[in-house]
Amino acid sequence: MQKVLIIGATSAIAEATARLCAARGDALFLVGRKAQRLEEIAADLRVRGAAQVDCAVLDATDRAAHAATLATAESALGGLDVALIAHGTLPDQKACEASVELTLREIDANALSVIALATLLGARFEAQGRGALAVIGSVAGDRGRQSNYVYGAAKGMVALFLQGLRNRLAKKGVQVLTVKPGFVDTPMTAAFKKGALWAQPDDIARGILAALAAKKDVVYLPGFWRLIMLIIRLIPERIFKKLSL
Amino acid sequence: MSLHSWGRLPGAPAAAELALAERTAPLPAADGSLLPYGNGRSYGDVCLNGGGMLLRMRGLDRFIAFDADPGADFGVLRCEAGVLLADILDTFVPRGWFLPVTPGTRFVTVGGAIANDVHGKNHHGAGTFGCHVLRFELLRSDGSRRVCSPTENAGWFAATVGGLGLTGAITWAEIRLRRIDGPLLAVENTRFAGLDEFFALNAAAEARHEYTVAWIDCLAATPRGIFMAGDHLAADAAQDAARSAPKKPLSFPFTPPVSLVNGLSLRAFNRLYFHKPLPARATQDYAPYFYPLDGILHWNRMYGRRGFYQYQCVVPPAARGAIDEMMRAIAASGQGSFLAVLKTFGERTSPGLLSFPMPGITLALDFPNRGAGTLALFARLDAIVTAAGGRLYAAKDARMPGALFRRGYPAFAEFTTYLDPGFASDFWRRIKE
Ligand SMILES: Cc1cc2nc3c(=O)[nH]c(=O)nc-3n(C[C@H](O)[C@H](O)[C@H](O)COP(=O)(O)OP(=O)(O)OC[C@H]3O[C@@H](n4cnc5c(N)ncnc54)[C@H](O)[C@@H]3O)c2cc1C
Ligand SMILES: NC(=O)c1ccc[n+]([C@@H]2O[C@H](COP(=O)([O-])OP(=O)(O)OC[C@H]3O[C@@H](n4cnc5c(N)ncnc54)[C@H](OP(=O)(O)O)[C@@H]3O)[C@@H](O)[C@H]2O)c1
Repeated sequence: MQKVLIIGATSAIAEATARLCAARGDALFLVGRKAQRLEEIAADLRVRGAAQVDCAVLDATDRAAHAATLATAESALGGLDVALIAHGTLPDQKACEASVELTLREIDANALSVIALATLLGARFEAQGRGALAVIGSVAGDRGRQSNYVYGAAKGMVALFLQGLRNRLAKKGVQVLTVKPGFVDTPMTAAFKKGALWAQPDDIARGILAALAAKKDVVYLPGFWRLIMLIIRLIPERIFKKLSL
Repeated sequence: MSLHSWGRLPGAPAAAELALAERTAPLPAADGSLLPYGNGRSYGDVCLNGGGMLLRMRGLDRFIAFDADPGADFGVLRCEAGVLLADILDTFVPRGWFLPVTPGTRFVTVGGAIANDVHGKNHHGAGTFGCHVLRFELLRSDGSRRVCSPTENAGWFAATVGGLGLTGAITWAEIRLRRIDGPLLAVENTRFAGLDEFFALNAAAEARHEYTVAWIDCLAATPRGIFMAGDHLAADAAQDAARSAPKKPLSFPFTPPVSLVNGLSLRAFNRLYFHKPLPARATQDYAPYFYPLDGILHWNRMYGRRGFYQYQCVVPPAARGAIDEMMRAIAASGQGSFLAVLKTFGERTSPGLLSFPMPGITLALDFPNRGAGTLALFARLDAIVTAAGGRLYAAKDARMPGALFRRGYPAFAEFTTYLDPGFASDFWRRIKE
């Protein structure tokens, strides 16, 4: 049995992951913005076999509340083995271009709030000399593109931050996993037309647990995105800047 | 990707889509009529609403609670209506619980199973799925919510079980699960030739076995087939029968331009199937036993772009002659399929006003869509069913005349008083008058 904390637990990918944890008998602590939704998910996870499920309400951008929420989680679980940070928003890129305010809010929701939580969790895991921190980034963080570079910049910042954190904590027996999903069929992408490249939340969830078990550092999900992003990163900037991606 | 039903018949008019993602949320505002859509495992048009809107229910896929007294034979599961039976099995079989009734595929939702009041191989003992539904919530287009059970809002319960999604949307349900000792079944297979032999085998087997069903070859000169009886294996018997690891299901990868199911391949398949070496007794995992076709996802695509029909009827117990007559009509037509299934329904009263099962003999067959020829055969079969006092199963139907449906279901008029004025389906428009 693992003691698992999930932040952004109402996310489709997070919920799919929590179901897999529940089925293997883990103890879970769910953090998110919507109290009623969290309770519904908690009830479901209990039926699925979770050893224990508790919840706390938190807006991830409310940094002042982070430390207390993490302390509550840790004491409810009686320790901490795995933390998954899953929350995120998909900004309206055009609206961001017209609003500095909105751009910074989106950077906060997708990067600063994540970095704040990862800092506290990293310190916690470092102190106990073990544990795993998994954070959901995105393939969008691998290269800036005109269609969503506010989101991409935030996810890219998180990836770089985690790289440094990993470099520091690797010596302390702590795993830091950057998860980079491609297109996933979730409420976040409800408005998009779905094609062959699209994955289901359950596929991503299985990938996350497999990568945690295999002690990986960075995982593209599904795996073919590693190749796609390699090609995208290799395109010279002087050509890339002329593409409409 | 637009929603369709299992038969994939071409030409169904498109419907716009909405989704219900929270059980406490109101129905979304609809532009035209609404119809709940479960997992689209109905063959014809009970889950289609051309020109109107389909309300996807799969998002309501959370368990709510499970209660069982220690040592009890039954437990009570409360879950949202979009939960798949497959999800219930994955979660509960390892803990020693099973569905009280299951159809031949596990990829159906709880709401869909209630709305068609589905049956399984244990009908002779357990009745329909609806017999094991304790309560559910019905959400109607006027915003009202009713908890319905056989004793509370009993009229709404009877109308909604087997109600084809036309009385409103089921948001959650409470169903019984039954104890099992493990995932394995003891299976007995017996070849038979002729219907008399089937009925003799069946009478003996129903007294002794929980599950019974027969596969029949309707292309042979005299109907022949394999009678399959099964029972959940007790723990001691299961001990040394190790469970083989579940395989990732194969998927039928594309829709071939023409049907792969033609007279030639059918005859060959049926001959092979009938003569394949068959252990008289075997131990089998529940999945291949109950869901032989679930191993091949999208097997319905092999019928090609023209899709296919299923014809399922029930006739009263005394009407054995009608089954014989139908088999002959099918053999003479040269149409028919390898999915011909014969079973008897027991005496247990179905709880729904429009529930399909009634005491008698049920025959189900798949037919590739060959246009007029196929429809002409169905008209002949309809006449036999009508003369025998039988009826057809809406969940499998895409073409029955309205009169046949209305005559077959005596509670039809009473049912109409429970219709939700904001709900409709292609099926309903077709048969209501
Ligand atoms: C391979 C195969 C084998 C089968 N074997 C059997 C069998 O042995 N016995 C049997 O009885 N059937 C059998 N069926 C038919 C199947 O069990 C039924 O058609 C079932 O109702 C499909 O459920 P679904 O969730 O896919 O619902 P759909 O097909 O999407 O919808 C079915 C009906 O339920 C309504 N509905 C769905 N959800 C709700 C809701 N939440 N509230 C209100 N109404 C709702 C829809 O409006 C529609 O009228 C089989 C089907 C297949 C493909
Ligand atoms: N879907 C994709 O294609 C895709 C691709 C790559 C990466 N991702 C990443 O995957 C993660 C999960 O997203 P998803 O696809 O599962 O979408 P989702 O279901 O829409 O989940 C996003 C979740 O983030 C939560 N959230 C947003 N802002 C928050 C805040 N300030 N505080 C707390 N919670 C907040 C939302 O909570 P509420 O329920 O309260 O709104 C929601 O549950 C995100 O980090 C996303 O960026 C998704």
